[in-house]
Amino acid sequence: MNKILKKKILNPTVQLMVVDAKAIAAKAEPGQFIILRVDEDGERIPLTIADYDREGGTVTIIFQIVGATTEKLSKLNEGDLIHDFVGPLGKPTETSGLKKVAVVGGGVGCAIAYPVAKKLHESGATVHSIVGFRSKELVILEDEFRNVSDKLVLMSDDGTAGAKGLVTDALKALIESGETYDEVITIGPLIMMKFVCKLTKEYGIKTTVSMNPIMIDGTGMCGGCRLTVGGETKFACVDGPDFDGHLVDFDEAMARGAMYKPYEREAHAHACNLLKKEAK
Amino acid sequence: MANMSLKKNEMPSQEPNVRNKNFDEVALGYTPEMAIDEAKRCLNCKNKPCVSGCPVRIDIPEFIKCVANCDFEEAYAVLSRSTSLPAVCGRVCPQESQCESKCVRGIKGEPVAIGRLERFVADYHNANCKTLPEKPKANGHKVAVIGSGPAGLACAGELAKKGYAVTVFEALHVAGGVLVYGIPEFRLPKAIVKREIDGLKALGVEISTNTVIGKTFSIDELMSEQGFEAVFIGSGAGLPRFMNIPGENLKGVYSANEFLTRINLMKAYREDSSTPIQKPKSAAIVGGGNVAMDAARCAKRLGAENVYIVYRRSEEELPARAEEVEHAKEEGIIFRTLTNPREIIGNENGFVSKLICSEMELGEPDASGRRKPIEKVGSTVEIECDCVIMSIGTSPNPLIKSTTNGLETERHGCIVADENGKTSIDGVYAGGDAVTGAATVILAMGAGKNAAKAIDEYIMSK
Repeated sequence: MNKILKKKILNPTVQLMVVDAKAIAAKAEPGQFIILRVDEDGERIPLTIADYDREGGTVTIIFQIVGATTEKLSKLNEGDLIHDFVGPLGKPTETSGLKKVAVVGGGVGCAIAYPVAKKLHESGATVHSIVGFRSKELVILEDEFRNVSDKLVLMSDDGTAGAKGLVTDALKALIESGETYDEVITIGPLIMMKFVCKLTKEYGIKTTVSMNPIMIDGTGMCGGCRLTVGGETKFACVDGPDFDGHLVDFDEAMARGAMYKPYEREAHAHACNLLKKEAK
Repeated sequence: MANMSLKKNEMPSQEPNVRNKNFDEVALGYTPEMAIDEAKRCLNCKNKPCVSGCPVRIDIPEFIKCVANCDFEEAYAVLSRSTSLPAVCGRVCPQESQCESKCVRGIKGEPVAIGRLERFVADYHNANCKTLPEKPKANGHKVAVIGSGPAGLACAGELAKKGYAVTVFEALHVAGGVLVYGIPEFRLPKAIVKREIDGLKALGVEISTNTVIGKTFSIDELMSEQGFEAVFIGSGAGLPRFMNIPGENLKGVYSANEFLTRINLMKAYREDSSTPIQKPKSAAIVGGGNVAMDAARCAKRLGAENVYIVYRRSEEELPARAEEVEHAKEEGIIFRTLTNPREIIGNENGFVSKLICSEMELGEPDASGRRKPIEKVGSTVEIECDCVIMSIGTSPNPLIKSTTNGLETERHGCIVADENGKTSIDGVYAGGDAVTGAATVILAMGAGKNAAKAIDEYIMSK
């Protein structure tokens, strides 16, 4: 059991929790995830680690309320216990050797993009962050991104925050204006990552995406999180969650993400993935 | 007076057409009268051939003699000398190819029902004896066990009895490994597994769930920072294999591991479970082992009208236990042998709609000694289904290998260990499926037990 030390409501559907998890905090790296169960009979859901404090022994998670499990989680308060909390799982995001990077985040995916941007910034790389949200009230982590970015571009679908438009518009404008990047790292809804990859492929820029499919164990045992990358079957939990975005079969991943839609037992029983329903 | 009946006493069980709609245990166990009567079939042979067929060397004639004398608790004490999990083994051991295959009574007629008697004794003890074993005196040494499946539990139990402080690290939220995520409730009730694990806890075994060795801690850290003098790796063979045929990533295609984990570990068969599962109308299970039988029987219980076992060799080569095949058939599972999948076809929504297979015939024996299946050129068999479950085997999880410097593995990823479980690293032992590849519960227990002995000798000689 792990205690919730701090809880913050970031927007009407997104919450942040700082969780007491000493062993995980000691090892966690950006890009890795944890799996939790809210209570005794709960379902196992993966959530990417949004931040960690090795000295304080805490791990921060940021999640969007999209299904029964995240709904239950959102009802917990500071001092409450999360029944199971395991990690850090998956491989860390590869950041070594990168000098100039565009970090592109969409919606609650920004929670995962932020620690990557932070790590790149701390290692001395030039970081251009492009973050997109549906509208102003859904914006999260704007100040945090600003603190670790050499350039921050805020986009929104309706123009209520930053410029109106898609993250791909902003990325394209930067590339067209002559910016060159060693790599683009993008985290957000599948459809957004698909289009970021389509764009960067045209310009020949290496692009890493973070996949977050349905999983159970998170250690390679169930194979439920499999996806096709470069024609091969990969398990997101142990081979990823980061993959070369130009090789990922996004259409298949989107179809598999909707596997349980027809079997939902309650209104939103299994929309458990962090990013699935979030528009960019 | 010995009971000279040529047949074993039948074990009462649920009717096939009733049980294939529920997840309650299929076999109901002997009554004391049935057990005593069956025990009297044992001739108490002096040279005890049955014991040589038991991977953990239970003194079988001795415990059966106790049963015949109505001394069930003494029978339990005899079992406990050799096995930590008698209620489990009495249910899932392939006795027909082990102890019972050596029974003299089996030469003419059926062997003594050793498995059913073991199960009876363990269940009798669990139902009537509420006291848990006492914790032995500590010997001041610490051992870590990785994985809480049969190998790890057996190793932990043996070491705890000798006074070691044992911590078992388990990646999932509940202990038991394949006993809880793989084997279904109707074959091995989870309450039984829990009771056996509670017995180990009473011996002083600590179980640390939600701890992934290779991620949360490395083996090196366990030994250098956390003070464990030896480590036993019993991490199993959990990585599912796929066929790499077109359509395998369609919706409705599962690995048997995923399908069974959702049902067994996450209780997706219950209406109140928060973990969803597809309730197939027609399911095709690819493979012919015990796991395939389990998946097929689960699919049937979820309400599938047609459940097929699709197997590329003939019925004779099915690797599953004869009893499991028999049970599956009784429950209405349809066997499509000499049939090998080639492609999975999806509908317009990306869900499975049929499985395209080739007809096979048997050729010359292959490396496994079984006749090799050969495709009949130009043949096609179509199986209409909305769910395909791949049950074609598993490999050891690479997580430990990839995070432990100097740990030698062979080409399939199995850890290299000698007959005592000793690996290429001093103080690190391994056993069970992590070493052999997917095998049986009892072989894993035997390996755990052997390694416990070797670990004890290693630590005591330091």
